[in-house]
Amino acid sequence: MTNILIVLALVLGVLAIAQLARVYELTSRLRGKREEDISPGDNRLNAALWWVFMVVYYIFFFWLFFRYRDRMLPISGSEHGEALDKLLNFNWIILFIAFFLTNTLLFWFAGKYYFRQGRRAFYYPHNNKLELLWTVVPAAVLAVIIIYGLRTWNEITEPGTGDMEVVELYAKQFDWTARYPGKDGMLGATDFRLINGTNPLGVVTRETVATRMQELADELAEIEERLANEVLPDDQVAELHDRTAYLQRMRGRITDLRTEMEQDIAEKGEASPYLAGADDLVIKEFHLPLRKEAKLLIRSRDVIHSMYLPHMRAQMNAVPGMTTTFRMRPTVSTDSMRIVTGNPEFNYVLLCNKICGASHYNMQMDLVVESQEAYDQWMAGQTPFQAPAGAEEAPADEAAPATEEGTATEEAADAMTAMNEN
Amino acid sequence: MGAVTTAANPGHAHHEEHHHEESFVSKYIFSHDHKMISKQFLVTAVFMACVAVMMSILFRLQLAWPGEGFAITNFFLGDKWAPEGVLNPNMYLALVTIHGTIMVFFVLTGGLSGTFSNLLIPLQVGARDMASGFINMLSYWFFFLSSVLMLASLFVEGGPASSGWTVYPPLSALPQAIPGSGAGMTLWLLSMAIFIASSLMGGLNYVVTVLNLRTKGMKMTRLPLTIWAFLITAVLGILSFPVLLSAALLLLMDRSMGTSFYLSDIHIAGEALEQTGGSPILFQHLFWFLGHPEVYIVLLPALGITSEIIATNARKPIFGYRAMIGSILAIGFLSFIVWGHHMFVTGMNPFLGSVFVFTTLLIAIPSAVKVFNYITTLWRGNLVMTPAMLFSIGLVATFIAGGLTGIILADSALDINVHDTYFVVAHFHIVMGMSAIFGMFAGIYHWFPKMYGRMMNTRLGYAHFWLTFISAFGVFFPMHYIGLAGAPRRYYEYSSFPFLDSVMDLNVLVTVFAIIGGMAQLIWIYNFFYSIFRGPKAVQNPWKSNTLEWTTPVEHVHGNWPGPLPVVYRWPYDYSKPGKEHDYVPQTVPIEDGEEEH
Repeated sequence: MTNILIVLALVLGVLAIAQLARVYELTSRLRGKREEDISPGDNRLNAALWWVFMVVYYIFFFWLFFRYRDRMLPISGSEHGEALDKLLNFNWIILFIAFFLTNTLLFWFAGKYYFRQGRRAFYYPHNNKLELLWTVVPAAVLAVIIIYGLRTWNEITEPGTGDMEVVELYAKQFDWTARYPGKDGMLGATDFRLINGTNPLGVVTRETVATRMQELADELAEIEERLANEVLPDDQVAELHDRTAYLQRMRGRITDLRTEMEQDIAEKGEASPYLAGADDLVIKEFHLPLRKEAKLLIRSRDVIHSMYLPHMRAQMNAVPGMTTTFRMRPTVSTDSMRIVTGNPEFNYVLLCNKICGASHYNMQMDLVVESQEAYDQWMAGQTPFQAPAGAEEAPADEAAPATEEGTATEEAADAMTAMNEN
Repeated sequence: MGAVTTAANPGHAHHEEHHHEESFVSKYIFSHDHKMISKQFLVTAVFMACVAVMMSILFRLQLAWPGEGFAITNFFLGDKWAPEGVLNPNMYLALVTIHGTIMVFFVLTGGLSGTFSNLLIPLQVGARDMASGFINMLSYWFFFLSSVLMLASLFVEGGPASSGWTVYPPLSALPQAIPGSGAGMTLWLLSMAIFIASSLMGGLNYVVTVLNLRTKGMKMTRLPLTIWAFLITAVLGILSFPVLLSAALLLLMDRSMGTSFYLSDIHIAGEALEQTGGSPILFQHLFWFLGHPEVYIVLLPALGITSEIIATNARKPIFGYRAMIGSILAIGFLSFIVWGHHMFVTGMNPFLGSVFVFTTLLIAIPSAVKVFNYITTLWRGNLVMTPAMLFSIGLVATFIAGGLTGIILADSALDINVHDTYFVVAHFHIVMGMSAIFGMFAGIYHWFPKMYGRMMNTRLGYAHFWLTFISAFGVFFPMHYIGLAGAPRRYYEYSSFPFLDSVMDLNVLVTVFAIIGGMAQLIWIYNFFYSIFRGPKAVQNPWKSNTLEWTTPVEHVHGNWPGPLPVVYRWPYDYSKPGKEHDYVPQTVPIEDGEEEH
């Protein structure tokens, strides 16, 4: 109701302004003034308004600046972030100068040189020296900006050497999963066709391949049985045939994958990534050791997401079908940052920064930066992806595929019952 | 369709005032006359703009007061998308998507170029009409059809396209990922395909007309800057829109024919997709190959319009005419080799990123030249404060404010932390959105007498300008801070991120200004439609301007000039030339003995 009243009030306001203008127009027409003739008063008024606007604009600028300066991101939590902040501040200085210089000239002239009868504008079509000046000066300033910027960029993006903590960040609608290489220090191979309730990242091991093959075989058998024993409407039969074809193709692909895996294992032995997956840690927590360089490998299961760690000044898209990387060295632990921000609840947060669907706005995971000892301790408490002694503690991520399949079958059954009743 | 008979054949309009009577249909609907087509584009674009502004107010309400119900939201979206007035998150994304699509393509491309290129190219180069009146008519009707399809997509099951105006696959390719990627997305793609066809037909016409139908004496170096801007804009469109068309067609195939140009290794809704081997990044390259020139397709006409208006109302030649042409050409050329700056964090090779940093920052040079030339044109001028002039000066201000932050975003290293945040939203709304809208308003106030033979109300124009100008900064300036605090764009709400609480009060400020700004447009709408029918009659050359369009009669005639075509003797910017009686010398006045051309 209040909304409607507000809208109504605004509309009335507009109409009132319109009526006032109309009255003004009629009176000026009575005085023989034409619409296109801007009266000296109007010229003066608008000229003055340019100056007023300039002042208000600058006040607004500084008000925002001083009020929100301390509410921006705190100091960078990563090494490259410090370089990046420095670069940003350097750029701001240049931009502020350009901003105030050009705006002041613009609004000053706009307010100063308003039309006066009998005065004549200065005929000044061009001046090559001036134009050269404001081509060369911006070019020189930009050269500095480009060189400084690209140097920082190259440092951030160079591949990096030495001992790095490798972590995979895996995105899907609408959460993040982290994968650590485990004791062998090597991440296992992955394939999206192996993804199921117990293998959310599709890690390839002999066991996961076998499990997936069994799942496919089970479903195929179930469909075959239904086709043999049940009376189904034609469209459902067609659907089940399509499904069978899909499952068989999928089985073919996974068989190829198995062959590839066995060849690779035969060739490389223990160094094969197909043997490295079992001890990987697949977890919903994201920890990094302080001051050790981390190499983040970023992947996505479904659509494009973006790994964004604003406090670390880090961002990289997660693109299905490829692995992207971002290298960074955390320099401020979570605890220290709590002191810096004066907020005991503070946590580094990883958020999704590429539109990815309805819950895009809440796709997050906390990042804990801690000392090497605390990190090692935390790591030791995690269960590997495939516990050696057959422990079944894989993350109960989603039984989604299974349940969905379930409901689909139930629906089909319901539909059939309905048909039979008819 | 009786329209074919009215083809405005260049050269046959010599038969003075007695041209044939036209039916309502051939005069107002399937018209071949560029002046009428320009009005059709304008009115359609105004309608589309109203839709898009309304959408922005609905999602701004949600951003300022997340989770609260608003009667107005419920009124527009109904119980399905706004139960008890609370905006649904999918609908939020849809509104953001369609707001962007309509504004960028239907208002600032179709609306701006369609209106002013159509109106001004024949009038300012001295032509009877466009090179092909028939194709010009088709261009409008394709535009109309694509607008209808885009609006129709709002009503389909699952809602309109909601993967952002850039429609990146796989999100836009898979209905399993978001409901808007169902029928809504199909309509979006069809609408865009038709829109592109419209834009190509328009663009080809503009280029051919400028190159071939200039009147006697109208050398390229005597063209008004409007025409230069429209010409380069049309060239950009012709070269880049087909790429978007192919991107859209490939996406359409990925969606419905099982191809995999953009899809690979996807597991969604509990199932592994069989489409492998494609790359989502390919789409981004294709999209931005149009997408970046598109920014200048939107901006250049506005810059051309304001160059003309500032010179006329400053009663002073535009400073550095040749430098202005040079910078239009430089911007046009560079705009094709900078698209990668939208993709710094996609995992693109960092070295390739460096190249795009370099080319992108180069654009700042011609842009700076333009700004300084505008400022110098104002210096020691005799500024007539028409509403058009106010909007033009306003454009220079938004161009400065938005252009400078572009330097931050073009720097790949800095882009890492502000990419896809509100900082970007602030940047492009100011530099592209506001500048282009200001250029469009300036153009409408300035050429209204030419379009409708009547005058708009100046006082309402002032109120409209100052309210719009203040709200433009009120809306978009604070967004820089929201972005620098790390707030991503396209978020339905921010309450799950406590570190952003410190800047959330800015969202309220932004929304309040957005509502004021939106309401201010009602003043303009009233002024526009009232003046079309009831405004005071215009004189032939109300702004004492030099260009050719003001030598045509106030009442529109086919072929534009009742007699022979005018002959041009000078450039269009002889304002306040020393030794002349008046402070303007129209292009049709011969050079006197001993007078220097300029």
